[in-house]
Amino acid sequence: MSLCLMHSVLHSGPVTYRLGGWAPPWGIEYRVDYLSGFMLAIVSLVVFVTAVYAGTSVLGRGSLTRETIGDQGAVQFFTLYLLLAAGLFGIVVTGDMFNLYVFLEITSLSAYALVGTGYKRRAIVAGFNYLIIGSIGACFYLLAVGFLYIMTGTLNMADLAHRLPEVYASRVISVAFALLMVGLFIKMALFPIHAWLPDAHGLSPSVVSSILSGCVIEVAAYAVIRSMFTVFTPAFIFDVLPVTDVLSIAAAVAMIGGSTIALAQTDIKRMLACSSVGQMGYIVLGIGISNLTGLTGSLMHLFSHAVIKASLFLAVGSMIYQTRVYEISKLKGMGRKMPITFATFTIGALGMIGIPLTTGFVVEWKLAVGALEAGKWPVVPVILLSALLNAVYFGRVLEIVWFKKDDANGHGPGRGIPKSHATEAPPGLTLPPLILVSLSLVFGVAAYIPLSMAEKAAGMLLGGR
Amino acid sequence: MQPVESLMPIYVMTAPLAAIPLIAVSDRHPNLREAWTLLASVTMFVLVASMLPDVLEGKVLECRLVTMFSGLDIRFRVDPLGLLFAVTASFLWIVVSFYSIGYMRSLKEHSQTRYYICFAIALLAAAGVAFSANLITLLVFYEMLTLSTYPLVIHHEDPQAIQGARRYLAYLLGTSIAFNLPAIFLTYVVGQRLEFSDGGILAGTASPVVITIIFVLFIAGIGKAALMPLHSWLPAAMVAPTPVSALLHAVAVVKAGVFTLARIVLYVFGADLLAELGLGIILAYFASFTILVASIIALRQDNLKRRLAYSTVSQLSYIILGVSLLTVKGLTGGIIHIAMHAFGKITLFLCAGSILVASGKKNISEMKGIGQKMPITLFAFFVGALSVIGIPPCGGFISKWYLALGCIEAKQVPLLAVLLTSSFLNAAYFLPVVYQGFFGKPCPGDRFYSGEGIQEGPVLAVAALGVTAIGSVVLFFYPQPFLELAGRVGRCVIGG
Repeated sequence: MSLCLMHSVLHSGPVTYRLGGWAPPWGIEYRVDYLSGFMLAIVSLVVFVTAVYAGTSVLGRGSLTRETIGDQGAVQFFTLYLLLAAGLFGIVVTGDMFNLYVFLEITSLSAYALVGTGYKRRAIVAGFNYLIIGSIGACFYLLAVGFLYIMTGTLNMADLAHRLPEVYASRVISVAFALLMVGLFIKMALFPIHAWLPDAHGLSPSVVSSILSGCVIEVAAYAVIRSMFTVFTPAFIFDVLPVTDVLSIAAAVAMIGGSTIALAQTDIKRMLACSSVGQMGYIVLGIGISNLTGLTGSLMHLFSHAVIKASLFLAVGSMIYQTRVYEISKLKGMGRKMPITFATFTIGALGMIGIPLTTGFVVEWKLAVGALEAGKWPVVPVILLSALLNAVYFGRVLEIVWFKKDDANGHGPGRGIPKSHATEAPPGLTLPPLILVSLSLVFGVAAYIPLSMAEKAAGMLLGGR
Repeated sequence: MQPVESLMPIYVMTAPLAAIPLIAVSDRHPNLREAWTLLASVTMFVLVASMLPDVLEGKVLECRLVTMFSGLDIRFRVDPLGLLFAVTASFLWIVVSFYSIGYMRSLKEHSQTRYYICFAIALLAAAGVAFSANLITLLVFYEMLTLSTYPLVIHHEDPQAIQGARRYLAYLLGTSIAFNLPAIFLTYVVGQRLEFSDGGILAGTASPVVITIIFVLFIAGIGKAALMPLHSWLPAAMVAPTPVSALLHAVAVVKAGVFTLARIVLYVFGADLLAELGLGIILAYFASFTILVASIIALRQDNLKRRLAYSTVSQLSYIILGVSLLTVKGLTGGIIHIAMHAFGKITLFLCAGSILVASGKKNISEMKGIGQKMPITLFAFFVGALSVIGIPPCGGFISKWYLALGCIEAKQVPLLAVLLTSSFLNAAYFLPVVYQGFFGKPCPGDRFYSGEGIQEGPVLAVAALGVTAIGSVVLFFYPQPFLELAGRVGRCVIGG
């Protein structure tokens, strides 16, 4: 359905819907333009694939792990899951700052609860931490919205964009902008305010991790882009309060920092989670570069990361489903036993590193060329260093999985697990991530399809600058 | 040069591509599986060779596979330089396929299906490198070559192999990401396009400083060319099974490296630009440093394959030297050395593998008197060694002759001295092996030598190394196709 919507946006411009029949700026307006259409397509794709996967993984018949919920919990689980999905869609389509807050909280509250369904006891603590920090972020956001309302008397995004320039000089607006950014950066886990993420994404059930890393933080990034470029105009962030250089530096720190902590992880899910922290830096980096090419790269990364990271989490989820093993060092020789799962993982890893013919490479290309065009060449070594770090921490896993032999005396992956379980997961678990990750290859070659959308959205955001 | 639209390059690559699933499904039928490999290699060679007449007439075959997005095409182009590399690689693939069968079965190696699949992917990638029409296509296949050969290097899966393979990947992928990629970004931003063209694409687009930076990044980024100090992955890669060392680490991978370097030097920068900035001659001296130092290191290696690896490091720099002289003769010498060295060095590797299979010996010190047991192998080794040293009647002589002429043409006497010194060093590290092999006294008590009669390696292996040894000699008497291809490159690029 979102593809249809995207199609109509491409052909006939933004679609709007006035909730409750009130005309904006008084009523709440839903508005789908190039950017939201692009995001909608991403979110609905990932939500759909993970839902298919969840069907098998949540019920978990015959699985060894208690990572599954079982029949009794399934109703609650899917209710929360759908609530989460509704929240995500809401954030993307809304044209109203306060409404965005509401959906942000719907998303977050259901996410907190879903994290708590993880099978380790620490998952509940992780969910609680996430709740506290997430709420702080939400408070910042709400304060900012309050300030904006006081200064302009409106909450509609288009209307705000229209009225804000008159009061750009006011310090209140600068403070509001700062609060807005901090609030949303907490939600998207920009390094160094990421501390909640490795626990929350690492300890929740894999299907939840996958949607958290693939959609929830991406949508927070969407909210950042939306508020920076639509609510505030490019004129504000370039001239009135020049933040782009600060953002580039923050992004560089995030990329290197996130990847470095990923290197230190021994638990494979935490490693993927830390990797997400680094990957969020790419998106902010594109915003920092803030020319057409760079921002296109950013948007492309929203797509690329959503697809790849979601499928990586799902693949790891199938592996855990079969074997209950989390430690990277215990995965020796697992590639032989679960070839489809780890083929998925390998393709995903290549995409993360940015090997040519994957979407990761397209992102790298756009960001680096954008940076050079903008004269910000110091950014390029950062991108490359980040790619190298990715290569190291994914390469380490791949080497163990494919080429290390499991010990002859049963100390390999099979220890404590009946032999029958160290085999490939059921197709309900192997196929969805495989299909998802193959999109990274398809659109890494036919990159012009997502790029044309991303480019239109970026052009719209920059308004001809 | 007249461009012609043709799908031939794609057909060529389809041969190994089609073989991959066929090999995979024939996992349980070794004979069928090997048949697919052989069929693919023969088909590929025939297809490549069928382009020879057209290219010799001066045509350039071009085709576009897909546009990734504006500015980035996957595009192919068959020109004399690429064809020379492709002919060499695809012909030797046939030979090594036969050899592989003998070698892998004799040693009862594990994971043979994975081995043959990766081999096919590597050849696909090598053809892709040869036929790339722009930097991005080149990068795609260059990385594919790195990744597909990694499982081959790590084949034994013991700690030593894992260590070697890790170094292999770290050097090749690392340099590529850290240096090659930014160089391509810069080229794109500065030159606005990535297509290779005869006169280069960077001339007159940026200040000399920027161009020098790009040049240094490219040179450092092509780790496969094994220019010192980025060479140590190649000896490390010798943990691989011998056919891999032979075809990939004497021909496909390393030659893809120097080929890429030549491509970039000649078709991105252009001879005129480099001559103007004086960068060619700097590269030439850099290469001659590698030639000498690697030869000296080779003298001290006792493991035969490691000695061959260092010799390869040194010989690769001959090619770089020839290209960087930027004269027609030097260029011709450098480019035909791609083929000449390939035949010579692959013979040597195949001999080393055959000795390993028959006797289990890896070290030169244990090979005294081995010629009495394995006369054919050792004689082939002798021929290969002559070719690499550059003594008639072997192909290596021709490329060295042209290289020497190129040095004189460029008025670089010191470089000529380097060439001659290196030839002495080559002789010093190869000929003792042969001499000791034929006339040395085996260590008493070695069980291999106490057996009766001749104990050669597997028939297929001996046949294969015989073919390449004969090939080395034939190339001395009949080098015309290669010479003509190389000469054509020289005339186009230097442009009188």
